[in-house]
Amino acid sequence: MGGKTLYDKIWDAHWVGERADGMGLMYVDRHLLHEVTSPQAFEGLRLAGRAPWRTGANLATPDHNVPTVRSERVTGVEGIADEVARIQVETLDANCRDFGIEEFGINDVRQGIVHVIGPEQGATLPGMTIVCGDSHTSTHGAFAALAQGIGTSEVEHVLATQCLAQAKSGNMRIEIEGELGDGVHAKDLILAVIRHIGTAGATGHVIEFTGSAVRALSMEGRMTLCNMSIEAGGRAGLVAVDDTTLDYVAGRPMAPSGDDWSAAVTYWKTLHSDADARFDHEVRMDAGKLTPQVSWGTSPELVVNIDEGVPDPAALEDPIKAEVASRALDYMGLEPGTPMTQIALDKVFIGSCTNARIEDLRIAAGIARGRKVRVPQALVVPGSGLVKRQAEEEGLDRVFVDAGFEWREPGCSMCLAMNADRLYQGERCASTSNRNFEGRQGHGGRTHLVSPATAAASAVAGYLADPREMAA
Amino acid sequence: MESFDIHKGLVAPMDRANVDTDQIIPKQFLKSIRRTGFGDNLFDAWRYLDEGDMGKTLNERQLNPDFVLNAARYQGASILIARDNFGCGSSREHAVWALMEYGFRCVIAPSFADIFSTNSANNGLLLVVLAADEIDALFERVQARGFELEVDLQRQCVTADDGASWRFDIGRQHKQRLLSGLDDIGLSLECEAAIRAFEQQHRQRAPWVFQT
Repeated sequence: MGGKTLYDKIWDAHWVGERADGMGLMYVDRHLLHEVTSPQAFEGLRLAGRAPWRTGANLATPDHNVPTVRSERVTGVEGIADEVARIQVETLDANCRDFGIEEFGINDVRQGIVHVIGPEQGATLPGMTIVCGDSHTSTHGAFAALAQGIGTSEVEHVLATQCLAQAKSGNMRIEIEGELGDGVHAKDLILAVIRHIGTAGATGHVIEFTGSAVRALSMEGRMTLCNMSIEAGGRAGLVAVDDTTLDYVAGRPMAPSGDDWSAAVTYWKTLHSDADARFDHEVRMDAGKLTPQVSWGTSPELVVNIDEGVPDPAALEDPIKAEVASRALDYMGLEPGTPMTQIALDKVFIGSCTNARIEDLRIAAGIARGRKVRVPQALVVPGSGLVKRQAEEEGLDRVFVDAGFEWREPGCSMCLAMNADRLYQGERCASTSNRNFEGRQGHGGRTHLVSPATAAASAVAGYLADPREMAA
Repeated sequence: MESFDIHKGLVAPMDRANVDTDQIIPKQFLKSIRRTGFGDNLFDAWRYLDEGDMGKTLNERQLNPDFVLNAARYQGASILIARDNFGCGSSREHAVWALMEYGFRCVIAPSFADIFSTNSANNGLLLVVLAADEIDALFERVQARGFELEVDLQRQCVTADDGASWRFDIGRQHKQRLLSGLDDIGLSLECEAAIRAFEQQHRQRAPWVFQT
């Protein structure tokens, strides 16, 4: 018998058994909740007279809907101007109160984007199974945790049973060797992966990222990588445990300590694929030649190098792909052949569960320092209250504000524009978020996905810009 | 959950690859705390010329005459044919609620995104996967007026009025659940003892998981 993959190991360690209908039950260690995808689940629980199976497994925070302007935040939930959004946040508060679930409320310093706060608190630990009603739950896979986005029916199912009813996915390995050049970051790496394998390239699979380029990444970088596994179609993304993982987890509020820590570390060190493990699908890539990446279309696979031009749909052989490309160019208001660095911007957004951690802000501030923003609006939205506080202690907020960026309160913000932070019809934005779908950042808005370095360089250039030409 | 056995209905085409759940139901409608009320906002940004928002009523909206589902001939459609990777992106189950409330019972495409597939199964929306050339054949046929299909889950086949028929594969468990329409949580809670036993062992092995 062959060895096990990392995914096999975590799956086997959480296998409860088979249901009468043949569906497998997988035990869930951690369940993260937010205001948007949970209200109907709690309602379902109430209607059926059920209680959460293990209250302590759950951790909640409002993030999608919360305003990021200080004046709207100071009075807490009551201060949310959008009544519908306020009711949703109040509903989360009430549900957590009623069911005894721990929640970091809107102005708790620990509040933030659910995928930033889990790791930050040590609620995310290696080897765990983690779910959340949000597709970017894949982020937590950076810790060798099997982390999956789920729908609201499954949120209710997990609350009621502490399990997911699921069939096992396939194993996929993406091995990335080589060293990233200056100005090239984890975000460029994952955009290049999606460009290479496509947005359905990993459908039906759990991706494990391996190779020297992945090992060299910080936990923040690995989170960026795993975060966008979903944009490659993957059920989850994984990175094996190493010292970088253990160093990050040690001392976190919800991480084990003392003897528990030693026992945990002994187990966590087994969380890697065996040398003779078999994968259903393997991809190899070279990080050494990678340049900053930028999306030009309305799907995260429509990506070019920053020093290239807008592609020509007429050059594509596949008629469906050509149709997709020409529709995308039409929506994006772009002409084939235009150099990417000649595309002028209206807004820049630095934030989201992809790129709103302290390292992202340090990289962006390194470029913004001593320079001035030349776009009409540039936002920096920290991923959590603790990221914000850390950045302020390091003086990064001053760097951003002096350059002309707006320094905001934590939340999902303009990544999906459920709150007031948004693009208007025809506006163009360089964004560190994860989706460039039509209307994602606001009805009629046009999104170019980039790294924090490229976003900061673009903000000061007023155009999409190559961060390598703007060294810190 | 609604069960699915045999369904016959009018077919509408959605001739785009990678239709993401942001298109199926845009973000502004996700502020609702209810499970219903999404049908009028299915494909909102494509279906209307004006920007939609919660609380805006239908008679305040301007229909986009060029959007396929607004064509008179597709009114009442309950089967959607689509291209690769339908339902990609956000995990929002609201996308499935919106499709079903609009009237769709079945979507036929060469491939679907994973989370969307699970959400569909949990609501009784049947997803049928056919090969790309079979989908091409369906797109050609949908040009004919009033093109209807019969979808038979038990026999795993899709049949047109003229007798042409396509077989499809579906996971045994998904098929069973769709046919029975049984409550998923109820099914899992039949295993309550097994879950408790697993949990107890797991607590011994990995006590740090249970510290909160």
